[in-house]
Amino acid sequence: MAPKQKKKSSRGKKSPKPVLAASEDMEPVNMESMGHPEIYPLVLTTKTQEIFSCRIDEDVTDEQPYKLINKEDIFEDLRNRAAVSDFHPVKKIVQEYPGNELLLVYDRDFKYGLNFYLIGTEEGKESYLNPPEVPEEQEEYKEHIPEDVYIYKLPVSKPWVSLGSEKEIEEESVTESTKQITYMISRKRSEFGAPIKFSDQNASSVKDAYIECTAYPDKNFTLKQLEKDVGMQVIPQIKDISTQTKWTYPKNATTQYYPREFSEEEKETLKQSKPLVDFLNNASISVEIALQQNEIMNTFIDDWKYLAEEEGTFGDKTDTHLKEYQSFTDLHSPTEKMITCVSWHPTIYGLIAVSVAVRLSFEDRVHFSGKLLLQPSLILFWSFSDPIHPQLMLESPDDIFCFKFCPSDPNIIAGGCINGQIVMWDITAHADRIENIKAGGGRSKRATLKPMFLLEPESNKEAMYIRHCAVSSIENGHKKVITDIHWLSDTFEINRMGSVFENRSGICCQLVTCSADCTICFWDIRPQKLLTPQTTEKKKEESIEIPFDVPSTFLHLDLSWKPLTKVRLSKGETSLDHCPTKISLNEDHLLCKTQDKMLAQSKTEKAEEMNPYHNLESGMANLLKPIDDFCTKFFVGTEEGEVIYTDWKMEKDPETGRLMSKKPVSHHTVHDGTVHTIQRSPFYNDIILTVGGWNVAIWKEGVMTGPLLQSCCAPKRYTSGHWSLTRPGVFYIGREDGYIDIWDLLEKTHEPAQSQNICITMITYIKPWIFSSKQQFIAIADYYGTLHILEIPWTLSRPSTNEMASVNHYFEREVKHLEYVEQRKKIREQEKKEMELEMAKKKVEIAVPSHRALSSKRGHHVQVPASKKREESMHKVHLGSAFQDLNENRRGKEKEAPKGRNKW
Amino acid sequence: MNEWTNTGREPDPLPSSLAGPTAPGLGEPQAEVEETLKRIQSHKGVIGTMVVNAEGIPIRTTLDNSTTVQYAGLLHHLTMKAKSTVRDIDPQNDLTFLRIRSKKHEIMVAPDKEYLLIVIQNPCE
Repeated sequence: MAPKQKKKSSRGKKSPKPVLAASEDMEPVNMESMGHPEIYPLVLTTKTQEIFSCRIDEDVTDEQPYKLINKEDIFEDLRNRAAVSDFHPVKKIVQEYPGNELLLVYDRDFKYGLNFYLIGTEEGKESYLNPPEVPEEQEEYKEHIPEDVYIYKLPVSKPWVSLGSEKEIEEESVTESTKQITYMISRKRSEFGAPIKFSDQNASSVKDAYIECTAYPDKNFTLKQLEKDVGMQVIPQIKDISTQTKWTYPKNATTQYYPREFSEEEKETLKQSKPLVDFLNNASISVEIALQQNEIMNTFIDDWKYLAEEEGTFGDKTDTHLKEYQSFTDLHSPTEKMITCVSWHPTIYGLIAVSVAVRLSFEDRVHFSGKLLLQPSLILFWSFSDPIHPQLMLESPDDIFCFKFCPSDPNIIAGGCINGQIVMWDITAHADRIENIKAGGGRSKRATLKPMFLLEPESNKEAMYIRHCAVSSIENGHKKVITDIHWLSDTFEINRMGSVFENRSGICCQLVTCSADCTICFWDIRPQKLLTPQTTEKKKEESIEIPFDVPSTFLHLDLSWKPLTKVRLSKGETSLDHCPTKISLNEDHLLCKTQDKMLAQSKTEKAEEMNPYHNLESGMANLLKPIDDFCTKFFVGTEEGEVIYTDWKMEKDPETGRLMSKKPVSHHTVHDGTVHTIQRSPFYNDIILTVGGWNVAIWKEGVMTGPLLQSCCAPKRYTSGHWSLTRPGVFYIGREDGYIDIWDLLEKTHEPAQSQNICITMITYIKPWIFSSKQQFIAIADYYGTLHILEIPWTLSRPSTNEMASVNHYFEREVKHLEYVEQRKKIREQEKKEMELEMAKKKVEIAVPSHRALSSKRGHHVQVPASKKREESMHKVHLGSAFQDLNENRRGKEKEAPKGRNKW
Repeated sequence: MNEWTNTGREPDPLPSSLAGPTAPGLGEPQAEVEETLKRIQSHKGVIGTMVVNAEGIPIRTTLDNSTTVQYAGLLHHLTMKAKSTVRDIDPQNDLTFLRIRSKKHEIMVAPDKEYLLIVIQNPCE
């Protein structure tokens, strides 16, 4: 300890020495930096320690580390030893110290750097001697900082504060509740150890000999039970029981029963029994009453159902108009074009094909032919999903005026050109493209499609233009514009003679076209038996020319395709033939219905089926089964407004032996302009709608005395027409002023039920399409090349309950009426003859007839034929007439009318 | 239309059938039964007529055997059930006639102590 102390002291001396050297009067170093300004550390040498009797470990220890030193002693020391005195540095403090005694503390742990320190103030001394209790934290802090210094403090008693512990103690302590009983039993000393003698004694006789201790309830021990803890557990009762069952083999068992029946004899006897007869007599009355009730009226008819329908059909007038859905215009083509033909894609939703032609008269067309050659003639495929860009463009050598999708395969399209050629396309390679548009689901696809078109127009344009894969021979085909084209049904095929046979291929492979060159041609897409070397050469040439992307489906036909047979419609004596514009074959409507189911299979089979075609020789009639009862008659509409019903079967001219087309079965001129629509009703096979010029007519096949209905002249020319696909009594007529006339035969038969404006120019084509049972569209094409897609309202698309029957009834009545008129005609003819005869007789008999009588009779004669003529033409118009014949005619009509109206 | 007027103009079967039991000759009741059945069958829309005994065994029918057996068996059950229902509600009451209207037909059953007459009619023909 000593050397360490020395070392410390030597170090400690060093620090005050410079201070001393600097100035005597300098402020002594205090411990203000450590928060104790009153403490002045100093070094006391052993000499000084001896003088002041504060030797380390002897006078000052750990237990008593301080010493009170008299101020006078220090002054004496300072006087005696002067500068050598250890108290020299703190001389000033000592001088200024107010008290008598100074507190010197031994700094054992060198807390303040030196071995002793002096407390320079009276407060500091006081606080050191009696350390305050409150600043415990400070103490702690003190203790914390100088870890090695521990100052013992005597515990100081504090006044006791009750915090509730005394109660706990009270509760815990055990105190005697009852008083202790103290007994003192004493006995005489002499009685100890004395002999004892026991004898019997009567308990009752001696007093106090018997003490009875009777039981009594002690109040001190009557405790009331207030609470009780009871535990309980339930366990299930378990019982083990076992039985043994016998196992037997399963057996199949069957039973059969039959109804009990009487034998014939029993039945006979029963039938003769009186009870049965009586029973039947009784029962038959009530049964017959019940039967008659049902016959008179259906009691259980739901009137509400019929009422609601009536309301729906006629009540809501606001919903009868066609609503604009979308419209398509080809923005790419620089010249003005008109739409010539429209056709919905048979399978893909919202895809419609449109053929366009240049809007020029024949002269202009010839004049500009050079220019026209430069731009392609197209069929455009529009999709609902993209109103700006056509999905596909089919190229053709010249403008297409009519085209049809093949009913067996929608990827094959046949079109008729203005130059008389038939053009075939095969878009099988592009089927995926157009199908994908459909799969994309309309509008969402548009966003993705558009940028594609904009970004890579080159690649897309290439894909979009599709070259035709075959055109018919120019020499052998039509000479003028093809006005109508139809695929023949897959159920039959015809040969050169026009005879009908069963179809061998099972797919549509024949076409019929009519042209302005007065011919109707039948074509077969299968290769012909005779292929002359010349045509094959031609074919080869062509095959070199064509680009690779053209499918070879119809390569065998290209430029060498000849019609199978040609039909001319001769007018008889005159050299001029009828000029057909539209044709309607018997089975046309069936095509539409059967195609759906056919499509799926034929599409896949097509590829394989096309190959056998090439090897097939088509002219071999002996292999074919003829269909005898096939109706080969068809309707033709002509440029002059005639409707001709004729036969395509050829007959041999008995004189020359040449094949001649048959004479028309019937021939009527009802239209005052070109017939542009001739169409079978989708509901009745034998009802045909013809539109041409300024009027509309409805015909029934087999009733050839005249049209069932012929409208009076419309103010504007009719330019197109189509039956409604879902309502038998409705058809749409397009007019040259851009209006659509909607006829509803159930509502009015003398004028259209309603007219609606669609566009400002002529309507060139109308084509409705059923999308779903709830939604129907109608495509209306106009002369300015815009295709309007409109939605057909509910009232025009949904047939009323008995519409089919009602419309049929109307047609039947008209047929009867026609017959009646025909009969009347004959009767009148006869009457006229008779009257003439009579007149002749009278002339002969009466030698001198009066002038007046004669003249009046003549007048009558003149009138009758005149009135008859009008009867024919006016019976539809219901013009009032004073003539007797007409009156009769009307009466006949009225007679029939009420019956029909009842049913409606 | 014609059929209806015809049946309406035929009131004579009733007097003749009343005359039947007064002169029950051999074969006469049989003819009478046939005549009654024929008359019922001639009504508009009648599909079939059959006479069934109390146990549901057909005696006379205008339909084929399997249909008759089915109709007889099932309608016998139904009629018996209907009869017991009516009598359970009021013991003095009894079922006199049962008409079953279905989507396609109306079935009429005239019950008696010993026999059932079943007629099937298509009312909206």
